[in-house]
Amino acid sequence: MTTAEPTTAGPTTAGDGQAAPPARPRTNVAVGPHPSEPEPKRYSLAERLYLPLVGGMMVTMKHFLGNLLGRRKSYTIEYPEERREYSHRYRGHHILTTRPDGSVRCVACFLCAQACPAECIHIEAGEHPDENIEKYPLVYEIDMLRCVFCGYCVDACPEEAIIMSNNYDMAYFTREQSIVGKNELVKPYTFDEEQLGYRPSYPEEEVRRARMRRDAFDLVSAARAQSEGTRVPNAEESQREERAQAG
Amino acid sequence: MPALAEPSRPELAELERALGADGGLPEGAVVPEGDPSTGADQPTWRVDRGSLVAVCRALRDSPETRFDLLLDACGVDYPDRDDRFEAVYHLYSIPRGERLRLKVPLSEDDPTLPSLIPVWKAADWFEREMFDMFGFRVEGHPNLSRILCHEGFEGHALRKDYDPARRWILTEDKMYTPKFVDLPPAGDDDMFERMTVNIGPSHPAMHGTFRVMAVLDGEEIIASDVEIGYLHRCFEKMCETHTWQQVIPYTDRLNYCSSFINNVGYCRVVERMLGVEPPPKAVWASTILSEFSRIMDHCVCNGTTLVDVGALTNFWYLFQIREEIYGLLEACFGARLTVSGTRIGGLLADLPPDFMERSRKILEMIPPLVEDVEKLIDKNRIWMDRSVGISAISGEDAVDWGWTGPCLRASGVGYDVRRAHPYDLYDTLDFEVPVLYGGDVYDRYKIRMLEIRQSVSIIRQLLDRGMPDGPWIVDDPHVALPPKDAAYNEMEAMIYHFKLIMDGIQVPAGERYGMVEGANGELGYYVISDGSGKPYRIKVRPPCFPIFSTFRELIRGGSISDAVATLGGLNVIAGELER
Repeated sequence: MTTAEPTTAGPTTAGDGQAAPPARPRTNVAVGPHPSEPEPKRYSLAERLYLPLVGGMMVTMKHFLGNLLGRRKSYTIEYPEERREYSHRYRGHHILTTRPDGSVRCVACFLCAQACPAECIHIEAGEHPDENIEKYPLVYEIDMLRCVFCGYCVDACPEEAIIMSNNYDMAYFTREQSIVGKNELVKPYTFDEEQLGYRPSYPEEEVRRARMRRDAFDLVSAARAQSEGTRVPNAEESQREERAQAG
Repeated sequence: MPALAEPSRPELAELERALGADGGLPEGAVVPEGDPSTGADQPTWRVDRGSLVAVCRALRDSPETRFDLLLDACGVDYPDRDDRFEAVYHLYSIPRGERLRLKVPLSEDDPTLPSLIPVWKAADWFEREMFDMFGFRVEGHPNLSRILCHEGFEGHALRKDYDPARRWILTEDKMYTPKFVDLPPAGDDDMFERMTVNIGPSHPAMHGTFRVMAVLDGEEIIASDVEIGYLHRCFEKMCETHTWQQVIPYTDRLNYCSSFINNVGYCRVVERMLGVEPPPKAVWASTILSEFSRIMDHCVCNGTTLVDVGALTNFWYLFQIREEIYGLLEACFGARLTVSGTRIGGLLADLPPDFMERSRKILEMIPPLVEDVEKLIDKNRIWMDRSVGISAISGEDAVDWGWTGPCLRASGVGYDVRRAHPYDLYDTLDFEVPVLYGGDVYDRYKIRMLEIRQSVSIIRQLLDRGMPDGPWIVDDPHVALPPKDAAYNEMEAMIYHFKLIMDGIQVPAGERYGMVEGANGELGYYVISDGSGKPYRIKVRPPCFPIFSTFRELIRGGSISDAVATLGGLNVIAGELER
């Protein structure tokens, strides 16, 4: 026989009187003969008298008093008054981002619809009056009951037009309501930094450079500027400013 | 540092000698098709269906082969071939640590197969699945009926000519007829009238949507049958119509208690097919988060099992651990349950800055809570009365039925993929594979508690090594999306971005079986690629599928309350069982 003898007995040969398996077997089988009685474990006297339950009660009391006196962290929260805090990577309700003038940034390229594993994004494209933009979505709908919140649409978007929020409150009375369109995806969000969830990630050291480079759009400052009625400096202006500061 | 276990090569000559001993095989009954030296992932044989049972019996019994575990059996459809169908069996030898794949070609006109139940009992449900999905007629099977699809379903869904968009209205007039195996004939002297009790599919003790029909004699279950498929959602059919990346969110929903392990398992298989090695940081983080997921899964399993037998407090203690781990996963990948944390070639995102401290904090809270549960439960006679000796199974039987994972290790067989075929960083780690010998509900609970401790030790060792520097995903534009700023600003990156999303990753043609140690056993992915951007076939080897097929034998002779305790301890997850 050319293969090495298995160092421990396999299940089919259990019971041949070998010693207990080594403490840390390198083979995948650690079976020797049954080390204990094959009969059901015998109860000790204490167990027969239910004595270990007293120790159990002490554990329960420890937790009870700890919770009562506030020394332990309580894991239950009083939703909806109290809300769980999620990170800025949380994949919640989608947001369609807008340009400084309030129009949707989406150019109806269908990449998100293509990337969606749940096939829940429906887009109908239209011609944009601005020649530089070409297309925009006449209809942009997400079926929230189909969506699996995987974030693939965010990864796929080449325009940073769809991102996700921290919002996990999604409840609908009818199935029709669950299909949300452009209005719902744009309107309720103020781009408050606290509410943003999963969005395109830049490698850390690249972030600054990317933002300094061309039209890398800062969503938060844009939304703020829009609400304040000011204008966001475009890329060239900010570069000029940058150069002026540097020089 | 192997990213995926490379199954070692069995000695072909030995196997042939073992087969020769059986004798009487016709010429060409077994044709070796490939082995690792010719580029296949594991030895593969083409076996004639007439000789299948003899070959399998020889492979199981010969001391030089000892393929004692039938891991998986599935069908594959190649409409362009002369023999249109293929039945594929994955065998594993626990004592030798070797793998073997058997392929049985079948023609379209006569897709009949002999049943392998006499060789491995695990074949029972796998053969029913082959019948359901491909229409293979398995001769000699005692209950050849649909298993995942509804009885009113027409056609066989995984055949390539079955339209994925086809819909059925399924009515209640066609229902699964329970088949009670080994039901003793009713005698005149029976003390009680026999009664058939239906439990589930919507019942709190059923942990999902299973339906158990039990024939009771008094309080004793004398025979039972299980109906599954209520959560079947065409995972494998959907994979064939989507790109390789799009499958990752689907894998989340297999064993949803530890979805990260599923992501890792799938991505490792595809990475090996592509010849891509994930960067060290991704491997390090995958190992840590897989172990956290395992802890979480064991907490859920033990917590809910104890609830089922009335010990509610433990559920609260163990779910505190789960809650913290969910928080960590959410901070890493943006979701608690369905994390989709990996991408082919690495991770979804860089780890958050506070990953180390946060992981250490969770590690500190786990052992005290586990100890609290053990103090409450371990020697508690009420729990012991409900669990010790209940639905005990021997190691031999468990292997025969295709068990893997903690349930098998509770029966005395220490097979663990992490030790037998180390992937990721497991070969560099110091950990034990706990083995218990009772094989009952108590030991299945206890082994999970022991494994939680081992997982804690693994994570601690990895954290002590420190986080590797570098990227979290491969820098290969054919596999991973380019960084966002490049996609926005550079033409080349933009083209790659579009190509990857529209056409998907182009995986070279071939097949591969890859496995990881899931929280309830060996989670295998048998993946076939035809070189296009979509998988040709993905078969998941769900660890709880063979385990749950044993349920009817486990609960025989016990009471209904034993059946409830048994089901909890097996950790059957409907998402994975029914795909």
